[in-house]
Amino acid sequence: MKIGTPKEIFDGENRVAMTPDSATALKKLGHECVIEAGAGLRAGFLDEAYAAAGVEVVADAKALFAAADVIAKVRPPSDAEVAMLRPDQTLISFFYPGSNEELMKKAADTGATVIAMDMVPRISRAQKMDALSSMANIAGYRAVIEAGNNFGRFFTGQVTAAGKVPPAKVLIVGAGVAGLAAIGTSTSLGAITYAFDVRPEVAEQIESMGAEFVYLDFTEAQTDGAATGGYAAPSSPEFREAQLKKFRELAPDIDIVITTALIPNRPAPVLWTKDMVELMKPGSVIIDLAAERGGNCELTKPDEKIVSDNGVTIVGYTDFPSRMATQSSTLYATNIRHMMTDLTPEKDGVINHNMEDDVIRGATITHEKAVTFPPPPPKIQAIAAQKPKEKAKELTPEERKAAEIAAFKAQTKSQVTLLAVGTIVMLLIGIYAPASFMSHFIVFALACFVGFQVIWSVSHSLHTPLMAVTNAISGIVILGALLQVGSGNWLVVILSFISVLIASINIVGGFLVTRRMLAMFQKS
Amino acid sequence: MFSIGVTSAAYIAASVLFILSLGGLSNQESAKRAVWYGIVGMAIAVIATVFGPGVYNVFLILIAVAAGAFAGYYLAGKVQMTEMPQLVAALHSFVGLAAVFIGLNADMMLSTVMDMKASGVEEHAAHLTGFGEKLWHKDAVEIAILKVEVFLGIFIGAVTFTGSVIAFGKLAGKVDGKPKQLPGGHILNAAALAACVVLGLMYMSGSGIWTMVLVTLIAGFIGWHLIMGIGGADMPVVVSMLNSYSGWAAAAIGFTLGNDLLIVTGALVGSSGAILSYIMCKAMNRKFINVILGGFGGTTGPAADIEGEMIAIEADGVAGALNDADSVIIVPGYGMAVAQAQQAVSELTKKLRARGKDVRFAIHPVAGRLPGHMNVLLAEAKVPYDIVLEMDEINDDFPSTDVVIVIGSNDIVNPAAQDDPNSPIAGMPVLEVWKAKQVFVSKRGQGTGYSGIENPLFFKENTRMFYGDAKASLDKLLPMID
Repeated sequence: MKIGTPKEIFDGENRVAMTPDSATALKKLGHECVIEAGAGLRAGFLDEAYAAAGVEVVADAKALFAAADVIAKVRPPSDAEVAMLRPDQTLISFFYPGSNEELMKKAADTGATVIAMDMVPRISRAQKMDALSSMANIAGYRAVIEAGNNFGRFFTGQVTAAGKVPPAKVLIVGAGVAGLAAIGTSTSLGAITYAFDVRPEVAEQIESMGAEFVYLDFTEAQTDGAATGGYAAPSSPEFREAQLKKFRELAPDIDIVITTALIPNRPAPVLWTKDMVELMKPGSVIIDLAAERGGNCELTKPDEKIVSDNGVTIVGYTDFPSRMATQSSTLYATNIRHMMTDLTPEKDGVINHNMEDDVIRGATITHEKAVTFPPPPPKIQAIAAQKPKEKAKELTPEERKAAEIAAFKAQTKSQVTLLAVGTIVMLLIGIYAPASFMSHFIVFALACFVGFQVIWSVSHSLHTPLMAVTNAISGIVILGALLQVGSGNWLVVILSFISVLIASINIVGGFLVTRRMLAMFQKS
Repeated sequence: MFSIGVTSAAYIAASVLFILSLGGLSNQESAKRAVWYGIVGMAIAVIATVFGPGVYNVFLILIAVAAGAFAGYYLAGKVQMTEMPQLVAALHSFVGLAAVFIGLNADMMLSTVMDMKASGVEEHAAHLTGFGEKLWHKDAVEIAILKVEVFLGIFIGAVTFTGSVIAFGKLAGKVDGKPKQLPGGHILNAAALAACVVLGLMYMSGSGIWTMVLVTLIAGFIGWHLIMGIGGADMPVVVSMLNSYSGWAAAAIGFTLGNDLLIVTGALVGSSGAILSYIMCKAMNRKFINVILGGFGGTTGPAADIEGEMIAIEADGVAGALNDADSVIIVPGYGMAVAQAQQAVSELTKKLRARGKDVRFAIHPVAGRLPGHMNVLLAEAKVPYDIVLEMDEINDDFPSTDVVIVIGSNDIVNPAAQDDPNSPIAGMPVLEVWKAKQVFVSKRGQGTGYSGIENPLFFKENTRMFYGDAKASLDKLLPMID
């Protein structure tokens, strides 16, 4: 099959759906590649590079649509592009079918199969083609860079000869892929980073990235993200109130706010209101990654950078991935390449559009002249539902102290009981047994005690050598046989002779094998 | 010839050296020194005894020691590391057998000495051995106690002997590993134990040596029957238990002979084995008595149904994931030992580490058939011990790990132990491998593990089954790592 990538015609779009690297990989699947001249230019991939990778370069979109069996692009197709589709063609691109129904119907009418990269289900197997995540990752990174560009201070705190610089305080709202990427970038630049999300289960992820999770003083059972395929769900008005109150509390301290809160198929929730902006210090920066859906900040203007009356910069760009076209093209092209890998399971250049496959079925929105959106729910749950975690009760210092004292008392009690019982048993033995026995018995009891103390400190990894060495030293029974072998009774002599023999096997064998084993343990 | 004083001093030195030798095993480096303490201690003890008072027939002793030493040297040099469990079990049986013999001897010598005393022979005319001399001076109460000690030594020794022989057979595959019992089961054991006690009482009241010979036979039966009833994967507990018994047998013999060094050493070995058994039981979340009596505890309801399917994967898929991974954890189990795959595992580790990947090993306390078995196998294959970690050290790291490779282990990575309260292994501490991003399970086929429990891990979304013999699979995988 021939896979072709046209130049993106959307205004300001710099990305491209095929790179020389991805083309090389596609050819390994048995496909041929074709590209429109100049398609990769703005992403930093020259036509010569494509040609060198064995990609055929054609002059214009028309020739490309005629030549290719599979069209791979970034943005949803324009009407003109849809008109060029043939019935046997496959189009792979972002499509947003939920808000582009008319275009989808048109595409279905052409008879072409359309695979929407934004519809790839969120299951582990499909992560490698999850273009939304790879783009969100870039957006998150770029958001921090953009904020730094508009922020007049360092991210990291420094003590210099010229004075002390406090670190910047960054708040990230919404810890999806973009949010987590932003957290990672921000913490690695040295800022003090706070993050918030309505899904309680991400607290762990946030903390693992080095940010501080902003906890709400709110007791309502929060919805588990697993029910919605890992995305956030709308929250109750009470919850929203608590959330806004917390943000209002934070606003005067925060230098940079990055909002990434989106709810699938809804306008972005307003989380950073006008009065919060007014509370912020002049020179602060807000980056609104939800601008395309109306923005999380009340003042955001999509695609624009504005400065509020009190000097807060609010960035509402919607094309962050396109601003890093080389990186985003590389990742997107890889996502496309993985999609092609799943579509050509035999690696023979023949596309097998398997509508039984959860991933392919989920992403396909038109097939054989019919609209196949929305897909049935996937057979496998995306993410296992979280069991409600039992929160360890916070103990007050008094309670903790009381618990400690109680534990200490219980321990003392059990030890004293044990000692008392032991003493009584010893006494009983002592009353009846003769002195010669008791002197041995003391030795025995002490040896047991020493043994228990010593063995506990033996490392787990040395348990086998421990067994071998105890084997060797239990060969000490040889002493018994040695003391008996001189007896006048021939039967005793024979038995003790055998005993000496096998005990020697134990001693020599046990020690040697222990030594052999221990010699093998080596440090790297 | 040493005097009694010198011998006693030597015994004190030997006891201290033995304690140091066990204590030194707390880490790998000091352990290399510790084994020498043990050897020196043993040499001091034996030499001091042989050249001490009351020992005759030194020529015979030398022959026996030389023959035994040669056999031990040969065994220790030849044994494969995968055969360590068998060797340990075999050595236990020797201690048991020696204890039985020494116990019987003690009784025979006692009657000889008593006869001589009764017929009025003077002490200096009797040519007594060191032990015989002690017997000569015992009064009635002391003789009664001696008889109890003889009984205990013989009983424990015989149980250890036959039990270890069976454990050896099972570990070496010479005896079927499945639990088997005669009709009557543990009632039979209890009856045999009662018979031993009765015979012991008869012996105390002067019934002669035949009672002890019978006790030897019956106790031997108990050992045989007890271990026959315990299955293969419980062997770590069994072997540590027999280790403990061999120690107690030595201690009992020490009491009989009035030899403090024997008592000390026996007690050390006995408590060592007891602690190992305790650790093993804890790691399986089972009661010691439950393991010894065989079988799992009763389940409280039907096991939870498992959803999903097992998805197989080929070597190239595994190689791809490994090439992409930054952190890898390998979880070896008994299957690795069976397939002799430790060298291949080590090769894989070397290759991955050479590419800057973080490779570590997670060892469950009961992995394999002997406490610490996996550590020894990996050490043999030259895997550095500082990347081989215990369950508690590594369990929290699984969520941040890219790839986990499970090689020949099953129950120790079974999530049902945590999720399914009705599972027979519910509550057993397990390695939480399923929390990693991806898990590959190298396994022969689709069967269940030793316990016969389905493992939901194999059905998880992020698990792929890498079927085939562990060694063959890894050998196929190795050239693809780049």
